[in-house]
Amino acid sequence: MELDLAFIWAVIIGLAVLFYVILDGFDLGVGILFPTGRNDRERDAMMNAIAPVWDGNETWLILGGGGLFAVFPLAYGVILSALYVPIIVMLLALIFRGVAFEYRWRTVRWKKVWDASFFGGSLVAAFCQGIALGALVQGIPVEGRAYAGGWFDWLTPFSLLTGVAVATGYAMLGAAVLVYKTEGALQERMRKLAFRLGIATLAFMGLVSIITPLLQPVYFRRWFSLPGILWTMVVPLLMLALAWLFFSGLRRGRELQPFLAALGFFVAGFMGIGISFYPYIVPPSLTIWDAAAPEATLRFTLVGTVVLLPLILAYTGYAYWVFRGKVREGEGYH
Amino acid sequence: MENWFTAEFLARLQFAFTVSFHIIFPAFTIGLASFLTILNGLWLYTRDATYLDLFEYWKKIFAVVFGMGVVSGIVMSYEFGTNWAAFSDKAGPVVGPLLAYEVLSAFFLEAGFLGIMLFGRDKVGDALHMLATAVVALGTPISAFWILSVNSWMQTPAGFVMGDHGQFLPKDWWAIVFNPSFPYRLVHMVLAAFLTTAFVVGAVSALHLLRDSRDKAARRAFSMAMWMAVLVTPMQILAGDLHGLNTLEHQPVKVAAMEGHFEREGDNQPIYVFGIPDREEERLKYAVGIPYLGSLILTHSLHGQIKGLKEFPKDQWPPLGTVFWSFRVMVAIGFLMLGLGLWSLWDRWRGTLYEDRLLHRAALAMGPSGFIALLAGWFTTEVGRQPWLVYGLLRTSEGLSPVAAPAVAASLTGFIVVYFFVFGAGIFYLLRLMNKPVAAVRDLPPEHEVEPTPVLSPHFDPDFLPHENGEHGGR
Ligand code: HDD
Ligand code: HEM
Ligand code: HEM
Repeated sequence: MELDLAFIWAVIIGLAVLFYVILDGFDLGVGILFPTGRNDRERDAMMNAIAPVWDGNETWLILGGGGLFAVFPLAYGVILSALYVPIIVMLLALIFRGVAFEYRWRTVRWKKVWDASFFGGSLVAAFCQGIALGALVQGIPVEGRAYAGGWFDWLTPFSLLTGVAVATGYAMLGAAVLVYKTEGALQERMRKLAFRLGIATLAFMGLVSIITPLLQPVYFRRWFSLPGILWTMVVPLLMLALAWLFFSGLRRGRELQPFLAALGFFVAGFMGIGISFYPYIVPPSLTIWDAAAPEATLRFTLVGTVVLLPLILAYTGYAYWVFRGKVREGEGYH
Repeated sequence: MENWFTAEFLARLQFAFTVSFHIIFPAFTIGLASFLTILNGLWLYTRDATYLDLFEYWKKIFAVVFGMGVVSGIVMSYEFGTNWAAFSDKAGPVVGPLLAYEVLSAFFLEAGFLGIMLFGRDKVGDALHMLATAVVALGTPISAFWILSVNSWMQTPAGFVMGDHGQFLPKDWWAIVFNPSFPYRLVHMVLAAFLTTAFVVGAVSALHLLRDSRDKAARRAFSMAMWMAVLVTPMQILAGDLHGLNTLEHQPVKVAAMEGHFEREGDNQPIYVFGIPDREEERLKYAVGIPYLGSLILTHSLHGQIKGLKEFPKDQWPPLGTVFWSFRVMVAIGFLMLGLGLWSLWDRWRGTLYEDRLLHRAALAMGPSGFIALLAGWFTTEVGRQPWLVYGLLRTSEGLSPVAAPAVAASLTGFIVVYFFVFGAGIFYLLRLMNKPVAAVRDLPPEHEVEPTPVLSPHFDPDFLPHENGEHGGR
């Protein structure tokens, strides 16, 4: 049997994006919550909680982009031209948040500036990613082999809604990871925040799920005919179970469980989007087969990926293990 | 220039601006990562604390530069899609996988081990920490390998067939990756990165020697840097010469522009050290040349001939002034570096390496020279490739995204403002770090060590804070 390489690649790219969303999601979330730190010690602890891993987390974004360029070059070009403005703004925001990790320790007078750049950069990047998601879901017109629209087509009430939804979701992840990584008053506050942000996130996810099938007839058909309808039942049930784990975990003072459940929200949401999209990569214009690079490219790239990706997961896991446990205030990393 | 407000011109300007900023940081981290590995190795091997102090000192600088390299690099990896969508669609099947391999084989490696290198010594022990440092150092040239393969393929495309919609389809991956100009470009670039770092380390050490010629750490680092200058500069000049011969074979118009030759000038081809190329009049104005040298350098014989610009269609000429002059800046700096290296050798032989204040001043002045040569070299290469995006096959104007000029203008403005602000601040912090002697970092009273630490650069130096207010007077 011939392997459907385009399909395999769609799965791999989807996984890279999912990894990015959950990993950098909690980093960006910590950035969004940064101003809730009451003093420098708390803010130091918040930043130190993610400092050794943020760079690796962000590398998944580069794999998402670089991978798309390699195996779905047409989709890469079309999506990035269509989402020109939110992507450029996101890149600029990521600059502000990325340099803050270093700069903030290099100055006294300007520390406030880099604290603000950490917060603002995280918030804007999260918001732009949400907008990009919404714009992709609502559809991108293509003519010939190029994007056929204006440079503000992405801006709709729906994309703004997804922007707010993603930023809220990231903040929830940030609060949950801080429950796991910190102690004392800060942890207590994060626990309360996580509870509220969890409710908000679920509300947004529900709203987006209701609107999405109405945006494009294809989505509607996917969700309300066999076999999609089976998923239509399963995903909400899964969400219910995860929500129970999340809230009861927070109630009972569990530290890791809420975080894992929060990651689960994103995985479930991602599955939902996958169901809506498949087999489109740029709905409603390009399927994964339309956009795929020639077979020689898919094959060549796959060979190395199959070898390297497990290795990457292994040493990334090791790095997480080295820096496991609580960050204590005033301790940091030496 | 009459109509510069076009999406094409703005997109080119944006790419040139963002990549020129980006390259500054990796060039420095490629060299510095290896330098840190050597320092850490020497510390573990000799247990001479000077090496450890130097390691800790340069590690902080590395962390800041690396951070800037990462954020400016992410911009690059999305810019192909935002501004060069047609290029992405057409050349993506060939160059995309090389970039994907760069991410998989280099970026993850660096990012994964960076945390351990920067603040894991106490958590994982000396041996694993050494390994992490070496792995980060290994990752940087792997990254250069892939990205330069991409760039070289755009200069000297090979190993493909043309498909529908003007797409390049891969045929022979070996020929694609190891395309004709790639080995030369890789060697020349990696040596450039080492030289750039050596001259920065040399300048910082020279500064501290000028203040106190007994500074042990400064002496050690200065000596190391000068050895690099002596050994690597001749290699670089040789590599550059070979690179030029390779370019002559594959891109003769570019060489004609670099040399300022409009006509085939007979068999005593001169080398022009000065001149102003004039596109309209098709001649080199105010030319000052040395006869025979051109033949000798470019053909390795006294009577060799090379083609002049007029032998090529004029619409395939690159912009002449930039190519001609940036090439001369690079070569001049190459010879200055050689001169400094030989001078240091002479002083070393006479035993005055650490006392010769004139040498130290010269080394200080040469601190940024590597960056300038590097950018000048890239301007030669890239501007010399114009008007092609993929040499001889895809014009720059055919690679654009369907994005309106005002959008590109807005993003270009955004990049300029943000880069100058953010990287300006970063460079300021770097200079301030470099301004402190190594000893001031080491001699911290132990109680300061419990301060909350920085993130990418753990041995945050609390001593720095009072200084900052003290020195600058505060408010
Ligand atoms: C420290 C940096 C540095 C120094 C001292 C030199 N170069 Fe260089 N040069 C580069 C850094 C560089 C570079 C930035 O790395 C380039 C740009 C693209 C490339 O492959 O290397 C380059 C490109 C480049 C090219 C253009 C290749 C092309 O057509 O694409 C030539 C012919 C030379 N160099 C030759 C020389 C010679 C003869 C030098 C000695 C005097 C020299 N370079 C010193
Ligand atoms: C890193 C050091 C580099 C520098 C300083 C540099 C500089 C430049 C400059 C000055 C231009 C504008 C040329 C002109 O418009 O006249 C340019 C264009 C370009 N370069 Fe490079 N470049 C570098 C590396 C690379 C690499 C590694 C790649 C490929 C991966 C690349 C791909 C391009 C592309 C796609 C353009 C835009 C199209 C064009 O105007 O030619 N560059 N670069
Ligand atoms: C000669 C040109 C280039 C060289 C030698 C080079 C090399 C490097 C190196 C060594 C790094 C590691 C981070 C650091 O040390 O700061 C880096 C970062 C990066 N570069 Fe470049 N690069 C070049 C041009 C480009 C171009 C044209 C692109 C765009 C496709 C690019 C994309 C990136 C990205 C995405 C990162 C961040 C990766 C991370 O998280 O570590 N680079 N580059």
